[in-house]
Formats: sequence, structure tokens, C-alpha cells
Amino acid sequence: MTLSVNLSHRFGDFTLDVAFEAPPGVTVLFGRSGSGKTTVVNAVAGLLRPDHGRIIAGGEVLLDTETRTFLPPHRRRVGYVFQDARLFPHLTVRQNLLYGRWFAHRRGPDNFARVVDMLGIGPLLARRPAALSGGEKSRVALGRAILSEPRLLLMDEPLAALDEARKAEILPYLERLRDELHLPILYVSHSMPEVARLATTLVLIEAGRVAAAGPATELLSDPAAAPALGLREAGAILSARLAVPDEDGLSRLDCSAGPLWLPRVAGRAGDSFRLRILAQDVMLATSRPKGISALNILPAVVREVRLGEGPGALVQLEAGDEMLLARITRRSAAALELKPGQQIHAVLKAVSVAQENVGHGRPGADSP
Amino acid sequence: MTDWLSPDEWRAVALSLRVSLWAVAASLPFGILTAYALARWEFRGKQMLNGIVHLPLILPPVVTGYLLLLTFGRKGAVGQILDQWFGIVLAFRWTGAALAAAVMAFPLMVRAIRLAVEAVDPKLEQAAGTLGASRPWVFLTVTLPLILPGVLAGTILAFAKAMGEFGATITFVSNIPGQTQTLPSAIYAFLQVPGGEKEAARLVLVAVGIAMAALMLSEWISRAVARRIAGT
Repeated sequence: MTLSVNLSHRFGDFTLDVAFEAPPGVTVLFGRSGSGKTTVVNAVAGLLRPDHGRIIAGGEVLLDTETRTFLPPHRRRVGYVFQDARLFPHLTVRQNLLYGRWFAHRRGPDNFARVVDMLGIGPLLARRPAALSGGEKSRVALGRAILSEPRLLLMDEPLAALDEARKAEILPYLERLRDELHLPILYVSHSMPEVARLATTLVLIEAGRVAAAGPATELLSDPAAAPALGLREAGAILSARLAVPDEDGLSRLDCSAGPLWLPRVAGRAGDSFRLRILAQDVMLATSRPKGISALNILPAVVREVRLGEGPGALVQLEAGDEMLLARITRRSAAALELKPGQQIHAVLKAVSVAQENVGHGRPGADSP
Repeated sequence: MTDWLSPDEWRAVALSLRVSLWAVAASLPFGILTAYALARWEFRGKQMLNGIVHLPLILPPVVTGYLLLLTFGRKGAVGQILDQWFGIVLAFRWTGAALAAAVMAFPLMVRAIRLAVEAVDPKLEQAAGTLGASRPWVFLTVTLPLILPGVLAGTILAFAKAMGEFGATITFVSNIPGQTQTLPSAIYAFLQVPGGEKEAARLVLVAVGIAMAALMLSEWISRAVARRIAGT
């Protein structure tokens, strides 16, 4: 199912004017606060009536201002996970979870037990929201949205109100959701690590407009998009398979670019992972370096060199089937005489890949 | 135990309870609707409605009673229609006393419920909408349970006010023993007769007892509801 969004809306002197397609998988709306991301999601949910626009989900018109079509929120079958959870305080966790199911007339297979198990909220069922922690509330809100049998999930920064530890607790559940439920998800975020771990499609929104859109792996390794995404945060995504789970506290992951040694990754041999390799952690060498402490040296080909306005340069590399991004200085780019097509070696320190940048699943693995 | 109040006094107490219960029960749906409208909706004449609802709180009760007599009396604009079409007569009947009590208690009921509605986060109602609940269902499953403490508080407050209503009642339906003589009217009647202080004092005790019981009940209910929502 594909979601197609096209809308324009004015509030005061801010104008929102966006159009994009969200194919199956996780489509992340990425942008600063105030760029209009939440407005887009509210329009898809029917909580906001835009001035002009058309929203189509899997062939059904949710909104078309030209034909004056406006499906009210309760008939859109859109699961909305709010940033502030919004659990009903007078109902128990179980009643909260079953709330939407009660209104979903076409009863699908009973997946209550499965969702409860997947989110690990079984022990909470008898409690009321006031007795839940922030992370628990988020998981219950997620479960409640999924159990309303939606055709589409909307998530408005569901992790923003949580501290790092709680985020690390929820992210694996979101990855499982993406890989197991085959629900299209529209996900609002301004956190690059979340984008890198979850996104299959990325829509970059700046000041009410779509600045760039496309498959996440392509966009994240595109030097042209990097400034908009944040240079310090720029980094490509590799998909890899765990080959050796533990050797001297390290794990070996194999990707088409070659083997990578990283600090121990939890998982079994054969598990799929998404690795985010920050551009500023990648060094380049024209010949294979010897006598170097870095464990990972990947042969690659230079695809594009993009000089920045400051002292930096971004280099896009092709290694196997993967794209890598390296951020170096202009001076180095000149000294190495980098040009497209050139053979090169990308050097990566094992310890520079942080735990938060190692996620489960492959990019695009969720398309059925 | 029945002999410490005379039959007339019992009738006054029973009539007051009946009048107040009917007044509260019949006006509650309108009270909730009005409170919800004033808290949530924007419409023309909202200030006007707000003013009319609160008028009985500020007007001298005798004026309210007189206006009721003008409107709902046998010759009144509404009273005539009710009498001729439906055979309903309000003036000088206990039903009229209930109407007077309801009108006088209405602002207190609406205020309490309105505060409760304003305290409900509209975001919760939006969330219920995205989960498939239509507007009426959202109200029944989210808004109403959340405003329940306020509704109960408003109801009990209105009941207490109805029990004590005197000025509008005596103007609209007079003070006929056994028919329209409520507890306050009976106390007033006794005080008009020399040597009636003893009877009046007994009824005063009854009035204080009922009021205290209502207040304690309301406290107990609101605590129970708060405990339920806090959840353990």
C-alpha cells in the first residue's frame, strides 16, 4: 500500500506546501522543529483540514479539497502514535489496548497476544496509565494503535519525550514492528540515529517544503543531501549479516563491501543488521595502509567528490553493493587528487561505530 | 421514630426530596449539554446563553419566581400551550416547585460540570477519534467518564440547592401544605405562627442533616473516582 500526500496550508505567515509518496516501509519525515512535519501527519490523520490538498491511502481518498471529500478521523483507519502517548487515564492498559479494536468492525485475526508479546507489555495489562513509566506508556500507545487494525501507522516523534536509555529500549520494538507487521509507517523525527535505524524512505522537510525525498540508503549516502541533514550527522547505511558473534569482545559482520569488525553486537550468526557509518569516522587512503591500528579497511571506488563551502569535502564511495560517505578536508581531497572512478581504501576504526548506530534488519527488508 | 415529626412535617420533607430529585434528574442532561457547549463549542450567542444560565444566581429569587409565573403560569406563553396541548399545569403544583428548583440550581450544576469538561485534555478525545470512535462514542467512552467526578459534584450541589430553594418556589407555586409546601416553606410557615419555633427547629435539624449527608456523599464519591483514575 502506498500513501500519497499532496497539501498546502497557511497559518499566519507560515506556508506548508508538500507533496510526497510513502511506499511500504517506514517513511521518515525529517526536519527541524517547526518545519511542518506534525502538520502533515495531522492532515493525514484528519485532525487538521488543510486549505488545499489530496491524500490517498491505498487507493482510498482520505481528503480531496477539489471534490470536497473529507473522511473524518474515525473512518480513516489510521493508527496514530502521539509523542505524549495520550493513554486514557480512566482505563486499564488492557482496556486502552482494546479500545480501537472495539471500533474496528472488520475483525481481523486476533493478534492481541502477539502484539502484547512483541511489545513486552504482558505484565502491565491490569495497571492504569498513571502507574506506568514513560517507556511503558510509549509501548502501550504503540500497541493500542496497532490493535485498532489500521491500514497505516503515523508516529509523531514517539521517542522524543524519552531519555536515551528508554529510546534504546523502544527502538528494537519499532524495528520488529517494521520488519514483522508490513504496515506502512509515516514517522516524524528530527533525530538522525532514529532515521538511520528505521527509515526505508526519507522525506526531508525544510520550512514547509520538501527539500529532498527518496530511498533512505540513497539519500543518506548522497553528498548533495548531507548539508541539509546535518554534516556532523551525515553517514551512510550498510546492511550486513553477523558472521562471528564474539571474538575478543568484537563481532564480525559481513557486507558486500567486505568484512567489518565492530564492538560486540548482540545477536546470533546470520542475523541481519543495519549499520550507520558516520562520514566523519571514515578515513581514505590511496593505497592499502599497513601498520595501522584501524581494523577495517574496505576497497572502494570514488563516485563523487563534493567540496563544501568551508574546509570540508564529502566523498561518496562505492564498496561492493554499498554506498559509503567520507567527510575529509578539502586539503586532503586535493592532496590525494580524488576523482570519480578512482580506486581507494576506506579505513574505519572498529570502536567508532556506536551501539546506537547498530540496528536490526536490512534497509528495505520490510517490503513484503 | 416517625412520631417526632408531625404528618404535615413529614409531607414537607418527603415533598422536598421528591421535588429536588426530579429537579436534578430532569435537568442533568441539559446541564451536561450546556456545560459541554459552553466549554468546547464556539457559536453565536454563546455569551447570551452563558448569561441566561447564570441569571438565576444573581437575580432576586422572587424575580425568578415571578418570571416563571409569567412564562409557565396558566396564562403564561408556555404555560398556556402546556395546559391546552398536553394538559400539564405547573403553577401551584409540586411539578412547578421542581421546575423552580431546577432553574435555581442549574447555574451551580453547569459551573461544576463546565470546569470538569475544561479539565479534559482535548488531545485525548482526538486520540479516541483516530482509534475509530465517532464523536458520540468519544463523548460516551472518554469525555463522560473523565468528567464524572465533576458531574457528581454538580449534581449533589444542585440537589442541595434545590432542597434549600425558597424564594422562587413560594412565588411560583405558593405554600400549600401537602402540595407545594417544601421544607424551607414549612419552616417559614412555622416561623410566622407564634410558638412555632419548636417545630421550625426540628425541620431545621432535618435540613442540616440532609445537607451534611449530601456533602459527605459527594466527598466520598469524588475520592473513590480519583482513586480509580490514579490506579494502583
